[in-house]
Parts: sequence; structure tokens; C-alpha cells
Amino acid sequence: MAQDAGTNVKGALGLPAKRTPILIKGNDAIVKGAILAGARSYFGYPITPASEIAETASRTASSGPGISLKQEGISYCAGAELPCVIATIMRGGPGLGNIAPEQSDYNQVVRIGGHGNYRTPVYAPASGQEMCDLTMAAFETADRYRTPVMIAADGFTGQMMEPVVFPDPIPALPEKDWATRADAATRRNLISSIFLEPDELEEHNRHLQRKYKEIEEKEVRFSEYMIDGAKLVVVGYGIVSRVLRTAVHLAREEGIPVGLLRPITLFPFPKKRLEELARQAKRMITFELSNGQMIEDVRLSIHDRIPVDFYGRMGGNVPSAEECLDVIRRAAKEGGTL
Amino acid sequence: MSAPVYEVFLQKPKGFYDTYERKSGDKTLMHYCPGCGHGELHKMIAESLEELGVRDRTIFLSPVGCSVFGYYYFDTGNIQCAHGRAPAVGTGAQRSRPHSIVISYQGDGDLAAIGLNEILQAANRGEKMAVFFVNNAIYGMTGGQMAPTTLPGMATTTSPLGRDVKLAGAPIRMCEMISTLEAPVYVARCALAGAKEINRTRKIVRKALETQAERKGFTFVEVLSTCPTGWGINPPDSQKFILEKMVPYFPLNIFVDKTDHEGEPYVPHPEPAPSKIHEILRLTGHEVGSFAPGAVDPRYMNPRMKIAGFGGQGVLLLGLGLAQCGMMEGRQVSWLPSYGPEMRGGTAHCHVNISEDEIGSPLVSRPTVLLSLNQPSMEKFEGQLVPGGLQVRNVSMIPAASKRTDIENLDIRASEIADKLGNPRAANMVMLGAYAGYTGMLQLETCLAALPEIVKKKTLVELNRKAVEAGYEEGKKARKA
Ligand SMILES: Cc1ncc(C[n+]2csc(CCOP(=O)(O)OP(=O)(O)O)c2C)c(N)n1
Ligand code: SF4
Repeated sequence: MAQDAGTNVKGALGLPAKRTPILIKGNDAIVKGAILAGARSYFGYPITPASEIAETASRTASSGPGISLKQEGISYCAGAELPCVIATIMRGGPGLGNIAPEQSDYNQVVRIGGHGNYRTPVYAPASGQEMCDLTMAAFETADRYRTPVMIAADGFTGQMMEPVVFPDPIPALPEKDWATRADAATRRNLISSIFLEPDELEEHNRHLQRKYKEIEEKEVRFSEYMIDGAKLVVVGYGIVSRVLRTAVHLAREEGIPVGLLRPITLFPFPKKRLEELARQAKRMITFELSNGQMIEDVRLSIHDRIPVDFYGRMGGNVPSAEECLDVIRRAAKEGGTL
Repeated sequence: MSAPVYEVFLQKPKGFYDTYERKSGDKTLMHYCPGCGHGELHKMIAESLEELGVRDRTIFLSPVGCSVFGYYYFDTGNIQCAHGRAPAVGTGAQRSRPHSIVISYQGDGDLAAIGLNEILQAANRGEKMAVFFVNNAIYGMTGGQMAPTTLPGMATTTSPLGRDVKLAGAPIRMCEMISTLEAPVYVARCALAGAKEINRTRKIVRKALETQAERKGFTFVEVLSTCPTGWGINPPDSQKFILEKMVPYFPLNIFVDKTDHEGEPYVPHPEPAPSKIHEILRLTGHEVGSFAPGAVDPRYMNPRMKIAGFGGQGVLLLGLGLAQCGMMEGRQVSWLPSYGPEMRGGTAHCHVNISEDEIGSPLVSRPTVLLSLNQPSMEKFEGQLVPGGLQVRNVSMIPAASKRTDIENLDIRASEIADKLGNPRAANMVMLGAYAGYTGMLQLETCLAALPEIVKKKTLVELNRKAVEAGYEEGKKARKA
């Protein structure tokens, strides 16, 4: 029986409807996704493990040390409401650390690392396909809300190759009547983050907060695996969620009622869903490649209604599925009634 | 004595807004101190823009410093920038709107201290922008601190005893520094002091903007400018200070003038048709066809593989080949390299999954299949194999026996086979073929069709094809045995 390697993608541009997946690196998928989303300029600086993005050209990308340097610009963009997309392929820190994968920049990216009352939507891809798809989504979100948007991936997701089916390009995003396009129509425009009068700046900040609230209401994304009847919920994003998927599968085979929640957006965080799950589950565990940063968002989301444990690796070590399974087994045992 | 120049503020210059609506308080007066050079230079720039008829396509960049509110005045597109970053912002603005005239207006703290890298890089790249560098030898806005251009011995709030060049270095001469670069087409220093120099300054400003209008390249104009407030000197004496104290250290000159050539015409870059973008991104032409997977012994299904050897054995390519074939047979696949420091020291490995279902962890910590291309790889990784797992060993490079008795070992003289075919480096493809032939996980037809996708050098495809076939035969023979 002949099997078809192509996947059906609805095409409106005369491109073949059945599109062959292409085996491609995550970082390269970001680049192609960005161009399909309409990016025509890229400003970056090489850094492992994000270099492919600079080498291939088109927004900005970096890794921990470089993102620290970009904080000034991100804050200004937030203040001046300039849409842009910034990809960070997180590596080991602090300082120069190493170039192995970590998720230790969660706080920097999600809680914001620059100055001022702003937030940035954050997409956390976990596969090659998502490196493309979420990059495209990031452009649309940035454009719609006039805000910087971050893509937070890790060294593994950036370096890994997986089959990716590339969708049609996004039709050109609407022209910006607020931009300085160097023409008569926009000559009167000003791009600035200055609001000298306290009342004006307060109003501007209130406007930004309304925008973030709308983003929290409309842009949450997450996915779940074997969550039905889960008394233990494990939470992980990016590469960790992939490891957890395997661990959860193995644990379920042993009869442990465990399920996985994977935040796809780190801001907005899937608070409501976690709150619901906290009514069904007895315990949660966050797994992170860090000292425990996302766990604070999980605890806040569920108002500490049930205990939340943490398991983390640092320095570039990625836990194996077996390692995570052990943690799940222990929690199941301690939980007693699970 | 000529009249003090600051009187000109009372006339509304052409090119300014009629009233300064963005400014709080009085909307007809500029925010600068009496006798400040900024206002005078603003006026010259605005007038030139108006005369050249290019205001519509001008983007004025306000810095951080006393001229942070440049956008109150210039009836052009305006962007307010972070401290020192205007040349970077200008680079983006100019490149995304190549027809624009970009003006980067900066003070000495902004340009020569916190933004020194930005200005040098933009100058060196020859960005098409007019930089106006207001050298008033001091940080005006923050209340008179020492700047990179503060004169030797000059007292400021952070050098109350005068600038000690042993401690703070000598003042930076920006024009001279910029002049050492290849790209700038116009570099000049002028002064806002005395009727003669002020007139000359007006011409230089005009020249720089003309050069932009004609798209000739990067221009840098340093303007020695008064800061009566920061200096604690009255306005007329401030002009004297420039002529007597600053000019000897910062000589007035046209350092570079390479404007005697045609400008680069602006040719709009047409946006490709949406239907062409896939082609441009090289996402087309990968239609390798459909390949049916064969019947596979369940113990070889869904392999979680580690492939290891020393650098140069083509370990990563071998892994890629396996993933490519798996994908072509309609399965889920992932390929993860060891990268960075792991790759140094001569060994390399990668993780490959081929699966009927969605792949969880791409990281293979307990492989079901190990391809060992040399002895250190076997020693390092065979302990990780699950009981009953399969190790394919390149015994050309592995004299030692396997220590595992609970696994299946397939021994292939891969390097020797490849050597006979003409190149021992094709051993990786012999291994690929052997794995496929032995397990039936991948069809020979698929492996051969995958080669052009993964082997970059087209001349090597033929050699690799032979290597895959030879390996496949070996593997198949061993299976039957
Ligand atoms: C990152 C940062 N550092 C410091 C400041 C504070 N600051 C505002 S203006 C200024 C000095 C500007 O001096 P200069 O560039 O010489 O311009 P002038 O005011 O003399 O025209 C400084 C240090 C700031 N706004 N941002
Ligand atoms: S402090 Fe100096 S530079 Fe600033 S406005 Fe006053 S005179 Fe001008």
C-alpha cells in the first residue's frame, strides 16, 4: 500500500495542495516562517545556538546574553507601541554560561527584562512545525496589538531537525497609518515613548495594560496530553514538554493517572485552564530547564489550591523521559490517594 | 560687534511646525536656554530641508540629550531614540524606506560616549544618513557633567578641578576618527560662533542634506555649539569660548569630501508575488515522491537511535539520511545533533527517532538502535542500549568485542567496503544501507531516492548510492543468516 508523505494544505496561490514536508532545523523554520509572515528585514548578531537565524537572514534573534542587550530596545518598542518579533534560543546562564539548552531566561522573557510597565506576548514552540507556525502567529500578534512579541525556544528546538510543512504566505499585513514611512501621508507621525506629563504617561500605561488584558483574554494557547482523569498534572513547555509527553505515556501504562499541560503561550499564561485542572487534580509538578521560574506562574494561576512540586535541570542537562518518569512515580506514591 | 545670534529664535523658521503642539506650556518658544546652539542648528536644518523640498521624505531622529524634543519642531517624520542608538534606528529606517532622508541628530554624550559603537558602525557601513553631531563639550541635559569632548582642564560638575587627561583621557576628535573610515563621503567640522563661521556652518548643513537628497552616502557634520548654561558663561562669551578654546583643539575643516560622484539611484525592490515566495525560500522541488514502508519485524519498529563516531565520519549526515528516509516513508521523524563543545574533541553523535506516532522526546537516552562507527563510540554508548536492542558496528574501526551479551550485534566492515568503492568516507552510507537491509525498516528504493536530498555535492551522490547498495546487501545477507 503506497503511503503518502505529503500533507494536505489548503492552497490559494496555485501552490501544490499536497505539500511535501521538508526536514529542516528549527532555527531555519523560524526564518522561513518569518518571511512567509511578511518579514523583509532582519537585524541580528551571531550567537550559538541561534546563529542559523542570522546567517539565513530576515526581525531579530539572539540568545540569553544578546537578549539582555536587547532589553533597552524591547522596552522602547513596548513604550512606543512598535510591533516586532524577537526570537531567543535560550542557552545556559548566567553570564556567558554555555551554549547548551536551558529555559533559565523565562523570567527575563516572560516577566520582562527591560524597564517599565509592559509585557510581551511569548510563544514557546516545541517542534519544527511550531517554530514556523508560531513565528507566523507572532508576526500577526505583534501587528494586531502593536507590541513586541517574543519567541522563546531552547537550543534543542533550534538545532533539531523535523519535517515541516510550510503554509502559504500571510497576505500582506495592513499598512500602518501610524508609521514614519517617509511620505506626505505620514509626515506628521511621531514614534516616541516619551510622555512628559504624569497624567499622560499614566493614561498611556493604562492603555498598554488594557491591551495586555485583551491579549490575556484572546491569545492564550496551550495543549494537553492524556489530561482526562489526571490526578497529577505535569506542566512543561518547549523541549521539556516533549520529554514529558513520553514520560506521561509510560506512567499511564503503569496506571498512574497523570496528564500533561503544555503552555504554548507563556504570556498570556493558561491560568484559567490550570485553575480548572487544580479542581480535578491533587498535585502538580512543573518541569523546567531552570531553577524554577515558570512554577511561580503555575502557583499564582491556581492560587496554591493544591501543592505544586518542581523538578529542574540546569547547565544544559535535559532530563530523560525515564528521569521524569521517576519523578512522576515518586509523586504518585507520595500523593497516596492518586 | 555683530548682534547675538540667538535673536533669530524669534522668527519662525521654515520647515518648523507653525506652533509646537507637542510641547507643553508656551507653544511658540523653543525649550532651549537662551544662547543655546541647538536652536540655531535646528533652524538651519529645517530651512535646508524646506529649500530642498524634501520634508515629506525626511525622518528626523531625536536623541537623548537637550535635543530629545527635536520632534516638537521639525515638520517631518519623527522618531525619538534611546540614548546613543539613533544611528542604529536610522539604519533600520533608511534600509526599510530607502527613499527616505534620515537625519541623526546627536549630542556629544549621546554620540561619542554611550553611542560610540553605533556611530562608528553606521559610518563604516556608509549608511545613507546625515549625522549632525552637536559638540558642546559637556552633558547639557543632565546638568553639566564631563563629556568625551570636554576640553583638557575644563571644569564640569564631574571634573570640578578641570578635566585631567591622565585620568579621563584626552577629548575625542570624532571627525578625525570618522575620517579614517572608507565609507563616509562627507566629514566636516564647523562652529556656531561668529557671523563668518555661522554662515559657513549653514552651507555645510545644506551640503550634507543635499548629499542625502542625492543618495550619495554617509555624511558627518560636527558642529561646535554653545551651552551657556552648562558652561556658566553668558551667550556672547560662549561664542568666544568656542572660537578661542574649542577651535584650537577641534580644528574647523572639511575632512572628507567625496561627494563629486553620482548618487546611487533609488530603485524600489519589487515585492515578489506570494506564489513565488515558496520558490525563493527553496521550499519547492523537494517532491521526492511517495515510498511505501515495508513489513517490519515489530522489534525494529519505532526505533530510537543513537549514531556515533568521530568528527569527519559523517555521523550527522548518516542520522539525517535515516530521518529523511523515515519521513519519505510517511513516518514521524526527528534528528537532534550533539552540538557546540560536545562536537569538539573529535567525537560526534546524533539522536534520531523514526516513529509511527507523534514523537515525544527527540533526545534518545535509552536507544533501541546504536550505530557505532568507531570504538570510542561503542564504549561510550553501548551501555545505554535497551536489552534486546540492536548495535550496528563498523568493525573496520572497532577491533574490540562488544561487552553486551543481551543485545543484537550486526558487524559490518563499513570502512573497508567504502574503501573498495573508492572512498572510505562513504562508510556512513554503508552503515545506513546495512541498517536498512538488516531490519527492513527502510526500503532500499527510499534510501537511494533520499540521497540527492541530503548529499550536497552532486558528484558524491553516485559513490554514496553504491555505498548504500553495498551496505544494504550486507545487511540483508546477515538477516537471512
Ligand atoms: C541609558 C541612559 N543613560 C543616561 C541617560 C541620562 N541622560 C540624559 S541626557 C544625557 C546627556 C546627554 O548629553 P549630550 O549627548 O552631550 O547632549 P546635550 O544635552 O549636551 O545636548 C544623559 C546622560 C539616559 N537618558 N539614558
Ligand atoms: S543646557 Fe546647554 S545644551 Fe541644553 S538647552 Fe541649555 S544651553 Fe542648550
